[in-house]
Amino acid sequence: MAEKLDKVDVVIVGSGWAGGTAAAELSKEGYDVVCLERGKDHSTKDFIGAKDELRYSRRREMFQDLSKETLTIRNELDEVATPHRSNETNSINGTDTGGSGVHWNGQIYRWLPTDFELRSKTIEKYGEDIIPKDMTMQDWGITYEEIEPYYDKFEETIGVSGEQDPLRPKMSRPFPNPPMKETATMALFKETTKEMGYHPYHMASANMSQQYENPDGETINACAYCAFCEQYGCDFGAKADPIVTVLSTARRHDNFELRNNSYVVRILHENGRATGVRYVDTQTGLEYDQPADLVVVGGYTFTNTRLLLLSEVGKPYDPVANTGVIGRNLTTHFANLTHLRVRGFFDDKKFNRYAGAGALGTTMDDFNVEQLDHTKHDFLHGFIIRSTQLGSRPINNNFVPEGIPTWGQEFKDKSLFYTNRNIDIQQQNGVLGWRYNYMDLDPTYKDVFGDPLLRVTAKIHDQDRNIVRYAHQKSKEILEKMGADHITVPEITDETEFDHTSLGDHTAGGVIMGSDPETSAVNNYSQLWDMENVFVLGASSFPHNSSSNPTNTVGALAYRATEGMIEYLKGDGGLLVEAKATKNV
Amino acid sequence: MADNEENKKGKASTNEEGVDPTRRRFIKNTGFVIGGVAGGSLLGGLFTSQGSKKDEVKEDDSAKATPTEARMFFERYEDFVVLEQATERILPKDDSGPGAIELGVPYYIDKQMAGTWGINGTDYRQGPFVTKEPTIDQSSLTRGQIMISGIRKMNEESKKRFDVSFDEAEEDQQIEILTAFESSEIKMYGANAGSFFGLLRELTIEGAYSDPLYGGNRDMAGWKMKEFPGAVPSYGDIIEQEEFVKKDPVSLTSYQQKS
Repeated sequence: MAEKLDKVDVVIVGSGWAGGTAAAELSKEGYDVVCLERGKDHSTKDFIGAKDELRYSRRREMFQDLSKETLTIRNELDEVATPHRSNETNSINGTDTGGSGVHWNGQIYRWLPTDFELRSKTIEKYGEDIIPKDMTMQDWGITYEEIEPYYDKFEETIGVSGEQDPLRPKMSRPFPNPPMKETATMALFKETTKEMGYHPYHMASANMSQQYENPDGETINACAYCAFCEQYGCDFGAKADPIVTVLSTARRHDNFELRNNSYVVRILHENGRATGVRYVDTQTGLEYDQPADLVVVGGYTFTNTRLLLLSEVGKPYDPVANTGVIGRNLTTHFANLTHLRVRGFFDDKKFNRYAGAGALGTTMDDFNVEQLDHTKHDFLHGFIIRSTQLGSRPINNNFVPEGIPTWGQEFKDKSLFYTNRNIDIQQQNGVLGWRYNYMDLDPTYKDVFGDPLLRVTAKIHDQDRNIVRYAHQKSKEILEKMGADHITVPEITDETEFDHTSLGDHTAGGVIMGSDPETSAVNNYSQLWDMENVFVLGASSFPHNSSSNPTNTVGALAYRATEGMIEYLKGDGGLLVEAKATKNV
Repeated sequence: MADNEENKKGKASTNEEGVDPTRRRFIKNTGFVIGGVAGGSLLGGLFTSQGSKKDEVKEDDSAKATPTEARMFFERYEDFVVLEQATERILPKDDSGPGAIELGVPYYIDKQMAGTWGINGTDYRQGPFVTKEPTIDQSSLTRGQIMISGIRKMNEESKKRFDVSFDEAEEDQQIEILTAFESSEIKMYGANAGSFFGLLRELTIEGAYSDPLYGGNRDMAGWKMKEFPGAVPSYGDIIEQEEFVKKDPVSLTSYQQKS
């Protein structure tokens, strides 16, 4: 029997960028806020001296404990899904205070005006016939102009260091900090691509180019370029994460409480309204009911989708009948396709590849969705190209040119020779929704509490293969001009398929945003159409995955959502946006 | 541990004079009085070893041995020597520097198998499992169990093909067997052989290049070969430099705060 706790104004599930941002804004407004985090407490103190590739990059110290909960994966509807058993094959979900926002790299991009009105703009430009059958392309129910002020706000909070992308809309004001330093490989990439007529620019970064105090009064230190960023907490408090920014802000208020080791298992509801959440204290096994006026679900894509399905909130998506919404439009930057890299090996040049920072790089938009004429291509959307210097660590950096064995003496010699003589070029493409790429509850496998696991059904389509092949050719051309002596281009065949271990950490969808409740779960304030006092924040609200990284959009939409929550709490309730029936899809 | 200097194959000697302080200590301490607990295989191994070499007992070098270099997972010495040879073939000693054995890779793997990771402590372990040649992560066996299964299969295959145990086989023969595992030509219990080979390869590389605190990368020799500086607080001074800057490596032993 669950113990009933005292009621609060707002209960938040998750303490990452989504939940943490809501926590800061609602605490500042004076609401009683409880934030439930399934993972343990940790802080910058835990990251000092953590330069340990084995522990963090290989054994995935900062990722979800899969012994408690995981997800199952399959390609086809008639297939039995297998569990994703080990972070070793692919780590997706962060955990502990701050969530995935602690171990991220800090690479910051805004998404494009076209992204938010993708269906309308595609039809306007090319006609509806260009959209393949079963592609569930849709608008977000918000425009770039509407989201721009929230991008700006999140960028100020996290102290973005960067410069204006020459090919994107002019920002309402410059980023709060100047760009990071430039390495020899970045300079080479920049010089080469400029000569080729492209428009490279310094990637925007949430690693600080200088010490910074954000509008909430939180200090983020200057980056030391120590090269332990992705999959690590920052040794120096120099990477914007929820702990040093939004959670620190929330914690200044007595009306805020962060409860760790609190695993939310249900949204409680009566007569179409949420009454709170039920959670398990993972250290004692005891169950608690936390009543609240407003429930904010701010976990990762999988957490959010599964919690709604388990709680029977919203209509589950059924791809066969094409009804319902919860679980719809799963998209990811596939690890075995989107994130494959083209690599150049240099016989006569040697670089300081061991040095770097998580968001140190040069990037360009010349092949992004707005730059391409899609009548000339066999794919929709577009891609970014970038060359980064994150700092190559020795266990993972053992690349050799094609034709060299992957073990034995020749491997050893060549992998040592090329350690500081290889540069990779990464493309990242927009990934669009499909009718049969979705999530539901697994019929067989259970979590540690006896609840069904979330099941992912997904396939790679020709769209995805074609765009990546094209992007790799462009990457190869750049490496050739950069002077690489050997270039490795990953092979993509028509049979290249989502291989069950390749969900990216940029996975989105399940509780998507839109203006029509028939095809979306939340409105543009992230408020659930079907339960007005539940707001669902995070990448779960993205109808598709754009070509650049998702965190800026998660943060921007979280700021917009909290404005909506405050309006909702101050007013008489009700939906903040009027539902519109669209002929979307 | 074996000093490979004189061994052109880079193999740790197993029945040559340099390597068997354990056996010699055993001899010294027991004076050949074998009690009921001493296994026949060890005794057999002893006599075989004695038979092949004259017993000029060297100085007992146990005082020089690193106390953390004893087995905590592998129970049978005969399994461990197979592991030693397999890792050495994957990352052999050559002009570029020490191989897996000299780097301490086999002891690194022993420690990993004995810990949380070896028992799949943070993995999802509820059934049903894939039963037909599963990958390592999908197997109902733990990584440690798969390691033993694979190592013994390698030994069995060597005896079948070449009539010698894997550790006694010629280098080319060892490579042939490893290649047969890599291509999944061999069937083994508990996992797909190619996937097992992948595990062995990754562990070897990890052992060579992880922080020395885990038992491999002895004396940071792996990092020296790789020109990797280790745990460095800041590269702010060199990040913009065009020329390559070589730095002496620093391990967490020096980097982390200590009392």
